[in-house]
Amino acid sequence: MKALRYAVRSFGREFRAGEVLVLLSAVVLAVAALTAVGFLTDRIGKAVARQANEVLAADLRLRSQDPIPDSWRQQAASFGLQTVDTTNFPSVVYVGDNNALTSINAVSDGYPLRGSLRVTDRLFGEEVQVDGIPDPGTAWADSGLLARLGANVGDLVEVGEQKLEIASIITYRPDQSIGFASLAPTLLMNEADLAATGLIGVGSRVRYALLIAGDDDAVAAFNAELEDELPDSLRLRSAEESSERAFAAADRAQRFLSLTAVISLLLSAVAVAMSARRFATRRMDTVALMKSLGATQGFVISVAILQLLMVGIIGVVLGSAVGFAAETVLSWLLADLLQGDLPEPGLMPVVLASGSALVLLVGFALPSLIQLRNTPPLRVLRHDAMPPAPSRILVVGLSIGAVAALLYRTVGDATMLIVVLSGIVLIALALYLVGRGLVGLLGRFRSGVGVAWRYGLANVARRGRASAVQVVAFGLGLTVLLLLTLVRTDLLAGWKQMLDESAPNHFLINIQPHEVDSVREVFVSHGVEAPVVSPLVRGRMTHVNDVSVKDLEYPDGDGRWFTNREQNLSWAVNLSDSNEILEGEWWQPGYEGPPLVSIEEEVAREAGLTLDDRLQFEVAGQVIEARIASVRKINWDSFQPNFFLVFSPGALADFPGTYIASARVETENKVALVSLVRKHPTVSVIDLDSILRQVRGIIEKATLAVQAVFVFTLAAGVAVLFAAVQSTIDERRFESAMLRALGARRNTVFSGVMAEFGALGAAAGLLASAGASILAAVIADRLFNLPYTFDPLLWVIGLGAGILVVCASGLLAARSAVNAAPVDVLRGNAN
Amino acid sequence: MSDQTPVETVLSATGLSKQVSSPEGTLTILSDVSFNIAAGESVAVVGPSGAGKSTLLALLAGLDLPTTGHVTLSGVNLGELDEDGRARVRAESVGFVFQSFHLVPSLNALENVMLPLELAGKEHARAASRGIIEQVGLADRWSHYPAQLSGGEKQRVAIARAFATEPAVLFADEPTGNLDSKTGATIMDLMFELNQRSSTTLVLVTHDNVLAERCDRVLGLDTGKLVRDDRVAA
Repeated sequence: MKALRYAVRSFGREFRAGEVLVLLSAVVLAVAALTAVGFLTDRIGKAVARQANEVLAADLRLRSQDPIPDSWRQQAASFGLQTVDTTNFPSVVYVGDNNALTSINAVSDGYPLRGSLRVTDRLFGEEVQVDGIPDPGTAWADSGLLARLGANVGDLVEVGEQKLEIASIITYRPDQSIGFASLAPTLLMNEADLAATGLIGVGSRVRYALLIAGDDDAVAAFNAELEDELPDSLRLRSAEESSERAFAAADRAQRFLSLTAVISLLLSAVAVAMSARRFATRRMDTVALMKSLGATQGFVISVAILQLLMVGIIGVVLGSAVGFAAETVLSWLLADLLQGDLPEPGLMPVVLASGSALVLLVGFALPSLIQLRNTPPLRVLRHDAMPPAPSRILVVGLSIGAVAALLYRTVGDATMLIVVLSGIVLIALALYLVGRGLVGLLGRFRSGVGVAWRYGLANVARRGRASAVQVVAFGLGLTVLLLLTLVRTDLLAGWKQMLDESAPNHFLINIQPHEVDSVREVFVSHGVEAPVVSPLVRGRMTHVNDVSVKDLEYPDGDGRWFTNREQNLSWAVNLSDSNEILEGEWWQPGYEGPPLVSIEEEVAREAGLTLDDRLQFEVAGQVIEARIASVRKINWDSFQPNFFLVFSPGALADFPGTYIASARVETENKVALVSLVRKHPTVSVIDLDSILRQVRGIIEKATLAVQAVFVFTLAAGVAVLFAAVQSTIDERRFESAMLRALGARRNTVFSGVMAEFGALGAAAGLLASAGASILAAVIADRLFNLPYTFDPLLWVIGLGAGILVVCASGLLAARSAVNAAPVDVLRGNAN
Repeated sequence: MSDQTPVETVLSATGLSKQVSSPEGTLTILSDVSFNIAAGESVAVVGPSGAGKSTLLALLAGLDLPTTGHVTLSGVNLGELDEDGRARVRAESVGFVFQSFHLVPSLNALENVMLPLELAGKEHARAASRGIIEQVGLADRWSHYPAQLSGGEKQRVAIARAFATEPAVLFADEPTGNLDSKTGATIMDLMFELNQRSSTTLVLVTHDNVLAERCDRVLGLDTGKLVRDDRVAA
């Protein structure tokens, strides 16, 4: 009680001391970074899941070739889920005398459950987002269908026995990539008109789907129940299966955000440790006095812990407030990108952040405070009487334990924990050793330099261990900052490639061989670069090394799916830019030997296919055998047409096939597409822009979030630097007063300080560059699956930043030390 | 000097030696110092720099332990207590006035005076402290923080703090060392006045012979040895 009273009473004024502010800032930053990142990853995860669900137009999609029994609808309803029906079938539709094979989509009210429809009123015109579906008696046709039918908005289209008015041109459906719809022109109509068409009957190729969506937990529960009782005739698709890439991107984003949070935490931990040390040192005199006045060790330690707790509580409150504020600002910034109503943030991140703040303080501040207990009361008479240093085992054990606890909770991934933790420990150790070496080395230069440098270097050498610790602290701070910059740059570069402004934005499908030249001409005549054209032949794999694909053993279930489906086969003379040979060789130009095939690495692995395996295909009733000559890696992010199986030229030459192409068409050149579909009505144009927009949306969200979190990390880094400078400020103040009393000019003292911090900064910068490069290479490779490129600029930046930041902080702090009146300092009145 | 401890003896040193290790080998700071101090006595400890005055003070107050010998304070052998035990003895029986004041910068004048009372678990600490603050002439400055006080005022607060617990022994280490001579004289007048009023035993370490002569008794130290023990004529 006594201790509490004293702790509260003296806290107000002690609070104003620099080290308490640094300590508090460190806690605030750690808590703020944790809460903000907690909210953000949560929101990003949800946003991505929503967007992924968009591809299904639902959370779950149940499909069948027979009408879906009503029992499933009722069951979904019993879970509180929404359902919508879609019916899809091919049919020839008419406008006047013109007709076209069309993919008809009849949908019920509420479609789509996720995402939204976009329409326009003229070909390739401005599109708008719409709520709702075509009214009964109307239909929405896509531009390809209108071109083929030579029709316009307002015309009547005959669908079976029913006439529907074309009310709009549909440009985007969330689930347009599902089924064969993407190949044929589309007509979207109201389910209410379906019966009147008379097209649904025995033998018609109809696919029914039940779209299901709702609360996350309810969806998960329903999904779990479905998996057990689903009959063979029904197939279930969830968002994860259909959007692996989006989820992989989200996973990367979350890992990266976690990494930045961890780095903010580590920097905060360094700042906490340093400021706690100074907190303790500054209290030594008071503690000695209190002991001389009769205070017990228990009282002393209670006061210190209570005050630490107060810092912790204030830190958590302020940090949570900052975290909430940052999150609010971000949500506001991201309002356009984060679609839909995301759940409000709960109190959980605050609870977790409070726990982390406690771990941070216990791990990094407590050892210094425990040491206070042993302050000899003799210090009131002899200022050099110091408490024994805290047990090294206690300090190291507590801090490593705390880091591991914090890292694990944040990362939640044992591999990353080990990589990051061991990287940090190794760098700290190396920095310390080299720091000691450097300190020894610097001392030897003293005789050959001017007075300012001698003073600065002497300071570095004299403080021995303290200097080495500062090199470690600065170096570690810089390492993580550089690491963040590096990994961030790599990651963004990887993503940017995906967003490459020159990436194709349209696919052309179903180009007949005789149309290839004409299609190219259409583009060129409109000033658009001619598209890259690839041949496409449909075929089915039958045997591998004379064993039927049905009897083969597969290392992975997906291997069976690959070999047993109808394949898109292609042939090429040259290797595509977006491909890279991993094994074997690409055929020479002019190769005319027996058929060779190049296979994509992932499907090869899943199907257990290796170099020199003989694959047999059935193409248009004929058998063709090809030997695997190479295994390729495909960069899918290039948006170029790519094929799992590419044959040598001539192998597929005699088989009937079509061509596909990809092209980049800017908005102002869209008229080229209108000409194209008018001239070649059977060629289908797929607009990738909307898909790209989806991808870009995800990436922009992640990038913005990363940059926001990056601000916290930078702030934490600055806190470390200030803590380090704070820790020597008393000595500096005294020394500068002494030097000035001896006749040194202020500039000389400044130069000395600059020399000292410059030397420390250079050492820390070099070491941090080395550490960050190594760690970044490991992280890029192991965790993000991105190639790491060595960057010499990093070393220049590391060294420069080391000198600049350390010097700037040092001078900023030294300014007060140098400017303090020598007489006050020497009399001990300066505080 | 006798080995016999009179009833009224409040502080006694018996065969006190203090040695410390240094790069040049073992250094003897105090060597076989013994004396008794009676309750209510005022004793000056004088000697040149490095004679061991501050070390002696530290040992007498239980701030440090002797290499050999022992100190008895208010009937308790300090050598038999652990650090917390010695702290409790100080809380009960000892007051300090230091050369550099040693006020807690984060507490105001009144709170600094209250501190030892609260540490000793005394009730009405605030009221008692108010009274003493008035006695040292700082009635209107009690809410000021140390940084806002002059050197003389700081030492007045320190004196008020020292007398607040009505200690059996008051140790003063060069109390005027950081003050100009006029302020120093006023401070010493105040200290002797309070000392007489409360019949506290005063142990005063000083360079100042004039100050020393105002005490009942003068102990002289030189190179760690007790070389003088004189009664001063009143």
